[in-house]
Parts: sequence; C-alpha cells; structure tokens
Amino acid sequence: MTEASPQLNEREPAAPKTPPASEAEALVEAGADGVSAVHMADFNAWYGEFQAIHAVNIHIPEKNVTAFIGPSGCGKSTLLRWINRMNDIVPEARAAGMLKMHELDVLSRTTDVVDLRRRVGMVFQKPNPFPKTVYDNVAFGPRMHLRVSRAELDDLVEWSLKKAALWKEVKDRLRKPALGLSGGQQQRLCIARAIAVGPEVLLMDEPCSALDPRSTDAIEELIAELRQEFTIVIVTHNMQQAARTSDYTAFMYEGDLIEFGATKNIFTRPQNKRTENYITGRFG
Amino acid sequence: MKGGDLPTTRPQECARKSSEQRRKLDQAFAVACVIIACLSLVVLALLLSAITFEGVRFLSFQFLIAAPGPEPAEAGIGPSLGGTIWVCAVCAFMTLPVGVATAVLLEEFKPRNIVLRWLHGFLQLNIANLAGVPSVVYGIIGLTAFVAMFGLFGSVNDPVLELGASYYDQFVSEGDLVAFVPVSGPQAPETEPRDGMTAYTSSGQPFKMIVADRQTFDFNDPANQKNMKRTFFTDSEPGRVSRKSWYFIRIPFGRGVLAGSLTLMLVVLPIVIISTQEALRAVPDSLRAGALGMGSTPWQVVWHITLPAAVPGIMTGAILAMSRAIGEAAPILMIAGIVYIGSAPGNLMDDFSVMPLQIFTWASRPQAAFHSLAASGIIVLLAMLLAFNAVAVLIRHKMQKPLT
Repeated sequence: MTEASPQLNEREPAAPKTPPASEAEALVEAGADGVSAVHMADFNAWYGEFQAIHAVNIHIPEKNVTAFIGPSGCGKSTLLRWINRMNDIVPEARAAGMLKMHELDVLSRTTDVVDLRRRVGMVFQKPNPFPKTVYDNVAFGPRMHLRVSRAELDDLVEWSLKKAALWKEVKDRLRKPALGLSGGQQQRLCIARAIAVGPEVLLMDEPCSALDPRSTDAIEELIAELRQEFTIVIVTHNMQQAARTSDYTAFMYEGDLIEFGATKNIFTRPQNKRTENYITGRFG
Repeated sequence: MKGGDLPTTRPQECARKSSEQRRKLDQAFAVACVIIACLSLVVLALLLSAITFEGVRFLSFQFLIAAPGPEPAEAGIGPSLGGTIWVCAVCAFMTLPVGVATAVLLEEFKPRNIVLRWLHGFLQLNIANLAGVPSVVYGIIGLTAFVAMFGLFGSVNDPVLELGASYYDQFVSEGDLVAFVPVSGPQAPETEPRDGMTAYTSSGQPFKMIVADRQTFDFNDPANQKNMKRTFFTDSEPGRVSRKSWYFIRIPFGRGVLAGSLTLMLVVLPIVIISTQEALRAVPDSLRAGALGMGSTPWQVVWHITLPAAVPGIMTGAILAMSRAIGEAAPILMIAGIVYIGSAPGNLMDDFSVMPLQIFTWASRPQAAFHSLAASGIIVLLAMLLAFNAVAVLIRHKMQKPLT
C-alpha cells in the first residue's frame, strides 16, 4: 500500500501505435464537442513488461457520462485507475504519455495525489463502506480534506446522501453501522461518500456488477441525476447498461481504444467491425 | 456374447466394500480424538486439583499482601505480586506502541526499492526467528544492555545521571533522635558534624545541631539535658542513606523494574508484532482502496481505517503476550536475581521480584510447608492469567464486527 511516486516512463512506447494517428484524431474529435474533463494523448500503461494500454487518445467530455466497454482484460479498468492514480499502489504499474484532468498533469511527479483523488472520486466494483456509522462514512472525506464546522458537516452529509438518493432510507439510522445496509444501499453510500468532498470527476469501476437488478436500477437512475454536476466515467461489462446510462461510449479491445463516440452512434452505427461484433454479441 | 471378455470387477461392489471400511475408519478417528481430548483434560484437571489441594491452606487476603518470611503461616506473596504488576504494566506500555508501529511499518508501508525490500524481508524473517529464542537469552541481553548499559555510563553505585534521589548522612543524637544531613550524592565525602548545622528529623522537621566534644560534655548540666535530643558528639559516625521519589531514574538502570520490563519487552515484542501483522492482514484491501481513492494519505488510511479495524486482533495478541510476560521467570531471574524483597517496588529503579521467582524460591526450600506456599502462589498466578485471557476473549467478542 506504499504511496511512492509511480514509475513513470517517459520514453516512447516500444509497441507500434494503434490506431494510426489520423484515426486517433478522428476519435478525439468525436468526444470534443464540449469542454473535456480528462484528456489523454498517446497514453500507454504497463504492468511490468506487459503493456496493458496502447497509445490511447481520448477527450472525456465534462458533465457527461462516458462508458468504457470491452471484454475482460481489455485495459478499461486500468485506464480508469490511472485517472486518479490508484495504480500507484500496484508496484509494477507504470504509465507514459499525456493524461490531463482539466489543466492538471495527472502523471507528473509533482502532482499532489491526495488532492487529485479529492477531485477525482472513485466508486469500486464491490461496495466497500468503512466499518463505521453511516454518518461517519460520508463525513470521512470532508473531515480529512475540508475545514468544516459541525453544522456544516451535518449539512454536507445530508446534501451528499440526498444527492446519492439515499437520504430517505437512512436519515433515521445515520448513527447505525453502514454494514447493516443492503448491498445497493451500501453502493449508494459509497457514491455519497465520494461526492461529499466535491469531486469534479467520478470514476465508477463496474459499480453494479455485485448488485441485484433492482439496486442496479437505482444506481443507474442516480448516475442520470449526477451527470448534471459531475463528469462520470463508468466501466461496465453490461452493454445495456452502457447504452442506458452513458452519453459517450468508448470500446476498448486488447489495450487499444477501438472506437469512441456518442453512445447512440456506437450502438446503432458502429464504424469499426470489431465494435460491431462485440456489441452484437458475436464475441466477448 | 458381447463383452464376455470384460474383467469381472464392478465399481458398485468395490464401493460397497470401501464405504464399509471408510465408515469404520471414520468412527475410529472420532473415538481417538475424543480419547485424546479427554486425556489432556484429565491431566489438566489433576494438575489443577493437586495444586488447589496443596495451596488452598495458605490462601487468604493476608497472603496477597504479606511479605515472604521464614514463617510459612505468615508469609505472603505481596512484594512479588506488586513486582509482577509493575513489570507487566510498564512492559505493556512500552511494548504496545513499539510492536504495533513495527507491524504497521512491515505490513502497511512495504517498500518498493530493491535494497529496502531485501531489508524488509530480512526484518520479517528475524522477527519470526526472535519469537523462538529461549527467553533466558533475552535475560543475558537485558543484563548487559539495560542493567549495566554496556558499562558506558558508570556503575549503578556511581551513575552518570540520577533524578529524584536525595542522599543523607544519618546521625543518632545523644537523645536517640535520628537526624539526617543532606549531602550532594552517593559518593560525597562524609559530613563532619558542626555546631549550628541544619539537620532534619525523619519526618522532615529542620533543626539546628548542637555539636559538643565527648570529653568536655557535662551530662549533669540541666541546660544540656534539655537539649539532649539535638546534641551530637564530634566523633559520631555518619551512615549514608538515600530517599527516592516515585520518579527516581538513573542511568544505567541497574537491577530495577525498568530493566526487567525492557527485557520482558524483548521477549514479547515478536509476539505482539506478529499478531498485529496478522490482524492488519485480515483487514480487506477494499477498505484501504476506498480510503486511498478518496484522497487519504497513507497515514490517514492506517490511523482511521486499518488500525481501528484491526483493534480486536491487536488487543488479543497484546493480552496473550502479557500473559506470557506474567509467567516468565528465566529472564527476570537474570535481571533481578534471587534476593529477599520485603516490599513492592516504589519506583522504576527499585529492586523487585516477580511471582514466578517467588514460587521458585519457595518450591526449592526443603520444608513441606513452603511447597504449599508455592502452590498458593501458583493459584494466584493462574488466577491472574485466567483473568487476562478472559479479558482477551471479552474484547475479541465485543469488538469483532464484519469488515466488508
């Protein structure tokens, strides 16, 4: 769990760049109709000798939902985990290229990882509330990052829980252990916890894969609400979910960004054969 | 006929035979387990009842507070009970922070640098090894490192640093009053009594000494008789005494409580470290990832998430380590030696004894009555151990919560 600076590799990647530059530019164009919250250019990532991501170029638009889809091992989670440098805790992981969150150079050695992670929140696959009360879970971030009075903290907790559509269910049990909540409630609590510190970007790594359909529904509704205020990047195995929740979809395959564009285009008129095959269920 | 040349063995028949055998073996194993369990219980019960029979005779409140003496009926375990409490309390206060901090370093701050990683592995291996070192070895280490401090800071009788002790020369007046004259230190030159010198009574009252010559002193003078209590002769011999406050500290430590506690700390530190590491390892990584992902510093993750989640395991390990410390005799024997201790220690440098040592002393006496005393001591020791373990179980039970 050591938080050393990541082993950033500044040299050119050995593997040939795919897709070619012109295509990459086209992909950049596709997502660039608004302000981009996260911008990657020629972004590569490795685990030891294994290159998990090959020269990805992408603009992730602000205040929109962007979904990353692709078969297991295609590098979509790795990509997500580099945006808030969670990969720092993986000893073998390193990355090269450009990765910017608004104007902040994410990969720079001088980047304050703690502040970066405040600005880029993360929700994990399995709900992971802390073994504390509901209130303390949501108050955890503000207590660490912000100077707030008790009254302000109460307000923040209420605001976050309301944003996460959980307030009604937990307002009478704020002082009860968070682990007593149901799985779906726990996941919404984790979302409330993440937004309580006022992030700009919210990363969600398969947030519904451990939940039942009903809780999944609740989370998806929540995502639709939250997109007004946060840039949401979601990784999912579930193509219907990507189609339902996202404004933009990126398809990744074996570490390459194959196609990126507005969700309706990707799902109705995919430009790339592999995208089409994946979406229609011919592989993956 | 089709299949006429097939072998005649059929799986169904074999299965029937084998299941018969397996069931018998299964039952035999269960019976063996029960017998072995009962045997160990019987042995334990025998030991306990033998000790209770033998020791209950002397067991009383008086036994808990009285000093050991030559008369078995009046002897007690007071000083060594006090010594055990002192030593174990000091040991716990030092071992817990150091042990938990070491475990956190080893478990939560694993290095990436190749040299540091090697060092990390080396440390880990050696902590596991240290847990297996016979405790008498730690006694020898404690003797050189803590009692004598490698002889670097003078001797116990002439320490480099001393705080909280005052030294006096003690005189007895012609009126049998004991008077104390303060001196600078244990090695200060002897005080020559002078007329008008300030001295103190044993209750701390100051008074002026009257010093007279034995040859010319007139015992019949009424004025002299009135002042007999304050009168000293020039040739009276002083005795050097000291008074030590509760915070008395000296370097080197000498054969005191602190040296004993530090030595016990060496004995139990590996236990605390290893059990804390286990407890930290049991904390799911998803909690760490969750906290890190919100922008906690590694320290905040440890302090707010990992350590609180690991507290039940840490406490259990710590209390088990303390029960080990209570029962240790060998290293304390090296530090304290077997000397008569008439009262519980009053400061960290005080001479002390612990219950196992007292039990050992009694058990090695030839008279049977002392063997009974030893048994009584064992009962007290066992009761203390049992209380400790009960607390461990309670804490574990109270604080164990599901983590994910």
